[in-house]
Amino acid sequence: MADEEGPAIATTTETAAPGSSPDRAKDSQPAGSIDLAGVGHAGDITFRALAYIAAFLVVMLVLFVGIFLAVIAAPSLRHNTANFFTSNAWNVTGTTLEFGIAGLLWTTVLSSVVAMVFAVPIAVGTALLVTHYVPPRLGSAIGFVIDLLAAVPSIIFGLWGLKVLGPALAPFYTAVQQALGWIPLFGKGIESTGNVFTASLVLAIMVLPIISAISRDVFAQTPRDHIEAALALGATKWEMVRTAVIPYGRSGVVAASMLGLGRALGETVAVMIILSQTNTGGINPSLFAGGETFASKIANNAAEFDSPAKTGAYIAAGLVLFVVTFAVNALARLIADRKAHQ
Amino acid sequence: MTRVSKLAAVAALSTLSLAACSSSTTTATTATSASGSGPALSCPAGQITAEGSSAQSNAIQDVIAAYADACASKSKIEYNPTGSGAGIKNFNAGLVDFAGSDSALKADEAATAKTRCKGNAAWDLPMVVGPIAFSYNLSGVGKLVLNADVLAKIFQGKITTWNDPAIAALNSGVTLPSTKITVFYRSDDSGTTENVSKYLKANAPTVWTPDTSKTWKGVGGEGKNKSSGVAEAVKATVGSIGYMEWSYATDNKLGIAQIDTGAGPVELTSANVGKAVEAATVTGTGNDLSLKLDYATKVAGAYPAILVTYEIVCSTGLDSTKSAIVKDFLTYFSSEKGQSSLESLGYAPLPSSLRTKVATAVQAIN
Repeated sequence: MADEEGPAIATTTETAAPGSSPDRAKDSQPAGSIDLAGVGHAGDITFRALAYIAAFLVVMLVLFVGIFLAVIAAPSLRHNTANFFTSNAWNVTGTTLEFGIAGLLWTTVLSSVVAMVFAVPIAVGTALLVTHYVPPRLGSAIGFVIDLLAAVPSIIFGLWGLKVLGPALAPFYTAVQQALGWIPLFGKGIESTGNVFTASLVLAIMVLPIISAISRDVFAQTPRDHIEAALALGATKWEMVRTAVIPYGRSGVVAASMLGLGRALGETVAVMIILSQTNTGGINPSLFAGGETFASKIANNAAEFDSPAKTGAYIAAGLVLFVVTFAVNALARLIADRKAHQ
Repeated sequence: MTRVSKLAAVAALSTLSLAACSSSTTTATTATSASGSGPALSCPAGQITAEGSSAQSNAIQDVIAAYADACASKSKIEYNPTGSGAGIKNFNAGLVDFAGSDSALKADEAATAKTRCKGNAAWDLPMVVGPIAFSYNLSGVGKLVLNADVLAKIFQGKITTWNDPAIAALNSGVTLPSTKITVFYRSDDSGTTENVSKYLKANAPTVWTPDTSKTWKGVGGEGKNKSSGVAEAVKATVGSIGYMEWSYATDNKLGIAQIDTGAGPVELTSANVGKAVEAATVTGTGNDLSLKLDYATKVAGAYPAILVTYEIVCSTGLDSTKSAIVKDFLTYFSSEKGQSSLESLGYAPLPSSLRTKVATAVQAIN
């Protein structure tokens, strides 16, 4: 499958092994043959150079962003009087500098994880439905509509979550806090509906199209042989899906979920509009508490970066988000690659 | 999927969504020109940029549009509401021609500004007065009277229900519900927050113990993004209270508390705000009109919770074409016509005594 088939191009000779490109280049013009592609040796070098440059630029860009964040954050981190990782204080104006990201980290991680808990089952279910349960035409129509969700601007989601979804869920929030309030996760939160749960639901809707689209592609590529084999052995539809489709697509679904998680971690405007900030000092672990995520806090205060120390503190928070997203994506690659090599 | 069925899906979705929109759209209000002739303008051509306070953003955009009308768009003026801090920083760096700020230049900023203006002083010209409304959401309570002490206690979490004796004492005859008070504040740093904290600190220093700053230092409550977020939250939550610029309170039809400074409840009106501005002292020298607002003013009928934004300009030292436009624009801004047009936007016009001082200072720009 790796060989170039198709019209007999002069560059392919029987004796050429796949890895020996310099030899093939030398032998590319056997006497009497026509160079149909019209590219020759020069094109080869140019394209390879361009590809290397493109890859190099992208890697450099990521590195420079990381370096920029680190350089601007460093002075503020040095002068920080509070523990950056365990403190929840945020006093960045005035003479003393004390700031910590404990609360930000908790709210970011909680809102993203809860969003994934809602989004992944729904996205996987939709993908399975579209690829294996409904006729192909209806399936692609459903898929098209889900993909349209990705076209909605995040500010619209934010406003919808604030004005429609939150108030609609208010009775549910009160009921859960009363019934399950003894569990810290469902404990007493804030009065209004601008809590982590509302934000998580909106985030789930926002990452749904990404996970669904990739999962659909992955499930559609399940080898026919596996499916036919399962059915031939007497499996029901669900048993076939469970034994042939899902195991095959697992690494793809994990990769898709990590992509969605990355989006949820970095979502700014929707969270900024929905989530209420609180200033109680400690971290309220409840799903119904308020808070701020890294992205929403930075965006909220971006207009008032009037001193280098203050800017550095916010950039330090941004650096943590950068590292967390990087780690999540690296983990996703690891899982996907490991599965592929099994 | 065929193209036809794709188009059909999009068409179906659009019809469904359009059907859901039933309410008629309200037309945007156009700025009506105030009656009476405006000031004599020379309308120079050219372009200037300014940036700064977002609290005066609505006001200055309206005046820019009105000035363009009056001068048949001969010049182009841009104002970017990036925040007072950014405005002063970029003015001092020479990136913009004047800045809008919620507070006058501090000593070190003034020194840098002098260098920026090629050795000439920079002036703080008060131009926009923005009253701060304390809005509440209580069904059945048409008039609510509060004072600084009670407000400070509410914002510090010491008064937690509406029927607290301290609130009832100011509102005899009104039945207050036993609902819990939900406080909404600005989660982003802002000049409005700074002025509220200055007002509370000046009047109730034993209750409002934190330092004045652009960051809200109250206890409890929920932070919302920008005044629009605070206004929406107050509107949506029964038993809530929040502070915001006057225009947001009127736009959202929220009840505005009357403030009792000791001489009886004062309603939030332009005239009452003007009395409070008149009670301010000018701390700048010559044409630098930075004001020290008296938040603890006991002048009868003065509404004390106000915010004044300054236009920070070079007295001399800008490029001559730009200077001419700045001067002409500010002549219009500080004229009676320019100031009275701000009332419909929820700002209060400068009282005439201060307005004439500002107009004189503007004439001295060159």
